[in-house]
Amino acid sequence: MATYTLEGRTGTWEIVVGLEIHAQVISESKLFSGASATYGGAPNDHVSFVDAGFPGMLPVINRECVAQAVRTGLGLKAQINLESRFDRKNYFYADLPNGYQISQFQMPIVGTGIVEIELQDGTIKHIGITRLHLEQDAGKSMHDQHPAKSVIDLNRAGVALMEIVSEPDIRSPEEAGAYLRKIRQIVRYLGTCDGNMEEGSMRADVNVSVRKAGEDFRTRCEIKNVNSVRFVMHAIEAEAIRQIEVWESGGEVVQETRLYDPSKGETRSMRSKEDAHDYRYFPEPDLLPLIIEQAWVDELKSKLPELPDEKRARFCAQYSIPFYDAGVLVADQTTADFYETVAKGRDGKLASNWITGDFFAALNRTGTTIETSPVSAAALGQLLDLIADKTINGRIAKDVFEEMVDDGTMPADIVEKKGLRQVTDTGAIDQAVTKVLAENQDKVAEYKSGKDKLFGFFVGQVMKAMQGKGNPALVNEAVKKQLG
Amino acid sequence: MSLLTLTLAQASKALHTGEISATALTTAYIKAIEELNPRLNAFITPTPELALAQAKAADARLQAGTATALTGIPIAMKDLFCTEGVRTTAASKILSPFVPPYESTVSAKLKAAGAVTLGKANLDEFAMGSSNITSAYGPVENPWKRAGSDAKLVPGGSSGGSAAAVAARLALAATGTDTGGSIRQPAAFTGISGIKPTYGRCSRYGIVAFASSLDQAGPMARTVEDNAMLLNVMAGFDEKDSTSANVAVPDFTRALTQGVAGKRIGIPKEYRLEGTNPEILALWDQGIAWLREAGADVVEISLPHTKYGLAVYYIVAPAEASSNLARYDGVRFGARVDGHDLIDMYERTRAAGFGPEVKRRIMIGTYVLSHGYYDAYYLKAQKVRALILRDFQQAFEQVDAILTPTAPSAAFGLGEKMDDPVTMYLNDVFTVPASLAGVPAMSVPAGLSSEGLPLGLQIIGKHFDEETVFAVSAAIETAAGFSALPELRAK
Repeated sequence: MATYTLEGRTGTWEIVVGLEIHAQVISESKLFSGASATYGGAPNDHVSFVDAGFPGMLPVINRECVAQAVRTGLGLKAQINLESRFDRKNYFYADLPNGYQISQFQMPIVGTGIVEIELQDGTIKHIGITRLHLEQDAGKSMHDQHPAKSVIDLNRAGVALMEIVSEPDIRSPEEAGAYLRKIRQIVRYLGTCDGNMEEGSMRADVNVSVRKAGEDFRTRCEIKNVNSVRFVMHAIEAEAIRQIEVWESGGEVVQETRLYDPSKGETRSMRSKEDAHDYRYFPEPDLLPLIIEQAWVDELKSKLPELPDEKRARFCAQYSIPFYDAGVLVADQTTADFYETVAKGRDGKLASNWITGDFFAALNRTGTTIETSPVSAAALGQLLDLIADKTINGRIAKDVFEEMVDDGTMPADIVEKKGLRQVTDTGAIDQAVTKVLAENQDKVAEYKSGKDKLFGFFVGQVMKAMQGKGNPALVNEAVKKQLG
Repeated sequence: MSLLTLTLAQASKALHTGEISATALTTAYIKAIEELNPRLNAFITPTPELALAQAKAADARLQAGTATALTGIPIAMKDLFCTEGVRTTAASKILSPFVPPYESTVSAKLKAAGAVTLGKANLDEFAMGSSNITSAYGPVENPWKRAGSDAKLVPGGSSGGSAAAVAARLALAATGTDTGGSIRQPAAFTGISGIKPTYGRCSRYGIVAFASSLDQAGPMARTVEDNAMLLNVMAGFDEKDSTSANVAVPDFTRALTQGVAGKRIGIPKEYRLEGTNPEILALWDQGIAWLREAGADVVEISLPHTKYGLAVYYIVAPAEASSNLARYDGVRFGARVDGHDLIDMYERTRAAGFGPEVKRRIMIGTYVLSHGYYDAYYLKAQKVRALILRDFQQAFEQVDAILTPTAPSAAFGLGEKMDDPVTMYLNDVFTVPASLAGVPAMSVPAGLSSEGLPLGLQIIGKHFDEETVFAVSAAIETAAGFSALPELRAK
């Protein structure tokens, strides 16, 4: 594994990174109220009196949100805490209706776990998970809707979030990107978070420090609310370079919260440790400790979908495809499902080649996705069947595929309609070969005088004469025979 | 016979037999409120029209034969219970414009049973106080007077308006809430009965929160039986309150005739505080004697951590309050004072909206939860709270109920005990431990002080054993035969 380092004036620096990922839980209703947790809606449409912090309103835990946290914990191969507790995190803000956020501070529902990431060079690395806890989201303040007033939308207020905290095991922007993508892949597989960073349903706080080889950790800074994989990677690099400059110019990095400005590619101070909130955490007295049964955890575990790492290993074994290809195919659940539908009962390697090759190229070209693609898994499967039973050859298959992309017609219909069935009649092939050799006697002479490469030319001419429909093996054989 | 002299049980019977009508009963109480509330200030918001409409509906129900024991019973609702469409202030300026669009579970249950709400009763601001002088809507006057004196006395608190209303016959009964003694101490100060049920017995949904781990709703009424009838309706599991207990609610009135023969009653030696008023100690001894005579086995017990009760309470309750009251920020409901930015708006709104006692407790609570102080105060208080609970659990291995005085003194004068908040906090010394332990406790009037003011005894029971509390309370009530009436009362 190539070690990522940064060169400063005083030597080589390595970076230390930990991520806190906030992942919005997929659920019908909010963490502690019956209001809808779905995205969108008119401002303040999805708000109950509980969410708005009205007097006398009390939180009631949503069982499905707890189940989602447990599923995610299981997906992170983490310890599930059968007893956890909610705490209040107190601070004033206009879009925080109660003046406190209900979170889990001391006793999170999920403890330590492990996530495997793969780097570009194929290296596998393990990143430790410190914890996962449930908490409420806040609402949204908007300051640009009115010249003198701020407006507040509480639709998000009270929606369940999972905060997934990693160990400071990450040593490069690439690893951070791979880790974030892996977490996103896992929660998407589990159906516990849609992983949509543009809509804000997943965002990351990035803790960065730098050090010389062999040193203990130095002071870290936290970059808040970074909302894309790319920005996370850029922010880490920018922040690490800033910190190295501070250290090397004789200064000291101070612990603080910073913001990443993607337009300038730099981080800037948001608030220092001295200005940091004193959140006055204490156990939420409106809720009892959250006790869950091992039997329920086991039941949730038994119903978990196959996760990407397991699926990848199975694809390699079951379909005899390379590890790399399997990684591409399991990138998301839809692709994996598509592949399996195509590959089942067919040549797995051929299916993989078609999907990662022509099929993905077609999606890119036409700007479609698997869901909207004109070529269904059944259609692609049929095409592979036509190749396998020698109805068409590989070259014709490419043409057929292009037509499938154009209008979604099934390959068998295209073959039928256009008469693309492969010619296996040796008489017809012999006839075509004879004709081609007769028309190219000069080349035949050259071939016979030792220019072996011309063999391919003869085959190509024969195929051309047969509009590509000749069975390649039979054509080869006939050319060889007639050339003597 | 004046309609106002009936107990709740008597009125209920008379309503069911058709001897009286709900409308007549309610009208009598509305008149009483018109006559005396300007003086006593027991109600912040009387709702006579609503009460009459409810009384009319109650009469229809009584005639239709679908009435409950509480149908047509006119009660006062502590202004801490959110009532749909009726202003709910918590006696604070900050909620002065607040009309809840929802109903608390307890008030909804009483409504559904057909009880008539006469109005919203005064209290200490956000239920913080033991004298009802912290109300932003003015203090409540205790209808009782010291013999030969016209000095205004406090009714106790925080449920002072509820207590004064019941004592002065401005309501047949009332709801209260009790965080550290807010039902029991005012009941003792006004010569009525009131019970703080087990924590979790009544839903807290829709009650403006003071200290969530301590707040508990309960009834206040003229007799132990009336209290039992009210609690029958107020109690019960509520899925909207995660801390409400999913345990069956017995018919508490059945416990009233249990008697105390063979019951073991504990007398905690730590409650014999040095310097306690000898009158209070004498009344306590009298209570012990009554229970012995009625066949109870009275034994001395130890609740060794009692002395830490007040200190623990005045850390835990303000800590929770400081957080619970953060929502009163002027953003979404209630009073707002505009400022030049968000922080300025918060500061102006809260400075203008909260009274000095509420501010004091918010500051204490914020302090004890702060970084660097949390372990020394809040965490330690939680540990001692656990020890206080263990004291009670160990005591209840030996005894069925515990007898103590309710308050260290009789009602004091308006303006007394004002110099030092700690003196005021000492009022709760006997009531706070049961709150911290979450056990049920009731105050029953048991005698008069030498100045002619009512004094109460407190009966503490095991978790969810309100039945024994009612049984012992009924025995004290019978033995005491308390029949004195306050000077100021509707007739």
